[in-house]
Amino acid sequence: MGFLGPLRKRAMDAFLKQGLPGRKSEEYKYSNPEKLFRGASIKPESLGLESVNFNVSGLEKKPSVLDLKKLDKALQAFEIKGVSENRVVLVNGVYIQELSALPDMPEGVLICSLAGALTDYRSLLEKHFSKYADVEADPFIALNTAYAGDGLFMRVAEGVTVGKTIHILNVITDEASALLNKRNLILLERSAEVDVVESTVVVSEEVNVGRNVVNELSELILDEQSRLRFYRMQQDCEGLNLISTVQVLQKASSHFDTHTITLSGDWMRNNLNIVVDAERCETHLNGLYITRGIQHVDNHTLVDQRKPNCESNQLYKGILADKSTGVFNGKIFVRRDAQKINAYQSSKTILLSDDATVNTKPQLEIYANDVKCSHGSSTGHLDEEAMFYLRSRGLSEESAKRMLLYAFASDVVDTIRIEPLRAYANDLISKQLDFDIKK
Amino acid sequence: MLSIKNLKAGIDGKEILKGINLEIGAGEVHAIMGPNGSGKSTLSSVLAGRTDYEVTGGEVLFNGKNLLELNPEERAREGLFLAFQYPVEIPGVSTINFLKTAIAEIREYKGLPALEAKDFLKMVKEKQALVELKGSLASRAVNEGFSGGEKKRNEIFQMAMLEPTLAILDETDSGLDIDALRVVANGVNKLRSSTRSFVVITHYQRLLDYIVPDFVHVLFEGRIVKSGDKELAMELEKKGYGELTR
Ligand SMILES: Nc1ncnc2c1ncn2[C@@H]1O[C@H](COP(=O)(O)OP(=O)(O)O)[C@@H](O)[C@H]1O
Repeated sequence: MGFLGPLRKRAMDAFLKQGLPGRKSEEYKYSNPEKLFRGASIKPESLGLESVNFNVSGLEKKPSVLDLKKLDKALQAFEIKGVSENRVVLVNGVYIQELSALPDMPEGVLICSLAGALTDYRSLLEKHFSKYADVEADPFIALNTAYAGDGLFMRVAEGVTVGKTIHILNVITDEASALLNKRNLILLERSAEVDVVESTVVVSEEVNVGRNVVNELSELILDEQSRLRFYRMQQDCEGLNLISTVQVLQKASSHFDTHTITLSGDWMRNNLNIVVDAERCETHLNGLYITRGIQHVDNHTLVDQRKPNCESNQLYKGILADKSTGVFNGKIFVRRDAQKINAYQSSKTILLSDDATVNTKPQLEIYANDVKCSHGSSTGHLDEEAMFYLRSRGLSEESAKRMLLYAFASDVVDTIRIEPLRAYANDLISKQLDFDIKK
Repeated sequence: MLSIKNLKAGIDGKEILKGINLEIGAGEVHAIMGPNGSGKSTLSSVLAGRTDYEVTGGEVLFNGKNLLELNPEERAREGLFLAFQYPVEIPGVSTINFLKTAIAEIREYKGLPALEAKDFLKMVKEKQALVELKGSLASRAVNEGFSGGEKKRNEIFQMAMLEPTLAILDETDSGLDIDALRVVANGVNKLRSSTRSFVVITHYQRLLDYIVPDFVHVLFEGRIVKSGDKELAMELEKKGYGELTR
C-alpha cells in the first residue's frame, strides 16, 4: 500500500512513545481518557497492526442489507429539511453508498469513501493525507493515523461553489468495535466554497453506556480564497465516548467558520486545531455545550496565527446541569511574524446546579507586537436579578429560566449561517433546555 | 386593596422595617417619602417578593389574599407591579418577547382566554404611544444600552401592558431630567383610575408636582412617622426631613 505502510508504522511508534494520556498530561488533565480504557478489552498495543488497512474489510464491517433497511428508517429521525437532501452516511466510519444521496453536486465535487480514494485518487491522498495532523502532537492523532479504517474523502475543485449544504451523518451502532478510528479528509481547492454539517448520532438497540470509544479525525484543507463552513452537531449520542479532532490548515484569504454543538454523549473531547498559515484569513470558531447527568464535555481549541493580517473570533458557551463537568481550553498563538492580527475569544458558562463544574483556561501566547487580542471568560449561576425581574412581571420561574438560558445559547446559535440548520439547532436546544428546567 | 399591618423585615439578621402600617384603598395614590436609608426600597422589595429579605413579623393583605405567601409571579398575576429603581439589563431577551409570555401566563392564571397575536400587537402600539417609547426599543434586548430615561419609560410601558391594580414606583424619578420625568409622570397619570392604586416612592418632592398623591407618608428608620396629604410633601420640601423625624 505504498506510502501508508511506513506512515502507519511511524504513527504507531509515535503512539507507543506517548502512550495514553493520563492525569499527568497537561493537555488531558481534566479529561483523563485512561478510565475509558480501564477494564475494557482495548489494549492498543495488542491490536495487530498488520490486520489493518484502508479497506472496508479492515476493522469495521459494512452493515448487511437487512441492517441497512433498518438504519435507513432510523436515520429519518436525524434528517434536517433543507440540509439532508444532499447527504453522506458513514456507519462506524464506513462510507455507505446505498444510504447516501448527492443529487445537487456541481462538476468538480468529489465525494467518496476514503478507502476508495486510496485507489482512485491516490496522488491527492499521498499529497495531503496525514500531512496536517501531527502524530507526534497527540496520542489520539497517532492512534487514528495508525488504525483508521475508512471515512470520508471530499474535494471541491478550484473555483467551484457548492450551492447546497452537504450533510454528513456520522452514525455509530452496536456493531462498532470497542475502539473505532475513523477519518475524514476534506480538501477545498482555490476559491472553492462549501457548507458541511456533520451530525454524530448513535443508533443502538440498547444503550451501551461507556462501551465504545470513537476516535475520529478530520483534516480540513482550505486553499487560497476558499471558504468552508463546518458544523459539528453532536446530538443523540448517549453512551458514546468520543475523541473528535479537527485539524485545519488555512491558506491565504481563506475563510473558515465552524461550530461545535454538543448536546449529548457521555464523554466528549473535541480538539479543534487551526493553523492559519497565510495572510488575510478569517476564522470563526463557535461552540455550545449543554450537559446533564454525569456527562463530560471538553473543548480544546488552538488557533495558530502564523502570518500577518488575519482575524479570528471565538465564542464558546456552556450550560451545565446536574453533576456534569465541562472543560474549555482555548489557545491562541500569535507568532512573531504575525503582525496586525485581531484575535478575540470569549467563553461563558452557566452552572445550573451546585454539583456541576467547569474548568476554563484561556491561553494567549503572543510573540508579535502589533496585534489586537482579547479574551474574556465567565462562569456563574443564572442571573438572580434578571430572574426576579422577569418573575415580578408574571413569568413563572420555569419560563423565566427558559428565556434566560435560551437567550444565552442564542448568541452562539444565531451565528449559524445555514438557516434550516439554525432552526433545527434552536429546536433541539429548546427541547433539551425544557428537559433540564422541568427537572 | 392593600393592607399592611405591623410589617417587620430585615436582611442578614438586621431589622430594616420595624413595624409598617399602611392602608391603601382602590384608586388611591400614596407617596412614600423619606431620607436615604430609611427603608423605602426594602419595603417595595418585600412587597414584590424579593427573597433576599426576610419577613420577621406582621402581615400584608392584597385584595384579601396573604401577599407574603405568594411567590413573585403570583403577586404579579394577582395585579401587583413594581417599577424598579434600577431596571436590569437582560441580554438576548426583548421586552416584547417576555411580555408576550408574561401576559399569556397571567391570563391563564386568571382563567381568561389567550390574547390573539394581533390584539397583543395593537396593545403594544397603544401603550408605547402612551409613554412615548420608540417601537424599536421594545424589540431590543431588555434595557441593554438604554438611557436612564428609556429604562424608566420601559418600566411604565410594561406597567401599562400588564394593567396592574396596584403599582409601586420605586424612585422612578431618580436619574431623570425634567423632560423625561414629565413623560413618565404623564404615562402614569393616564393610567390612573378608580380601580388602580399607586404607591410612589421618592426621595424628592419634585415627582409629586406631576403625580399628585392623595396621601403622603414619611418613612424614617423603618417606620412611618407621619402621614398627611400633599401639603405634607410641600412642607418636607421646605423644611427637610430633619424637623419631621426628630
Ligand atoms: N442588601 C442589603 N444588605 C444589607 N443592608 C441593606 C441591604 N439593603 C438595604 N440595606 C440597609 O437597609 C437600610 C434601608 O435601605 P433601603 O431600603 O435601600 O432604604 P432607602 O430606599 O430608603 O434608601 C439601609 O441602612 C441599608 O444599608
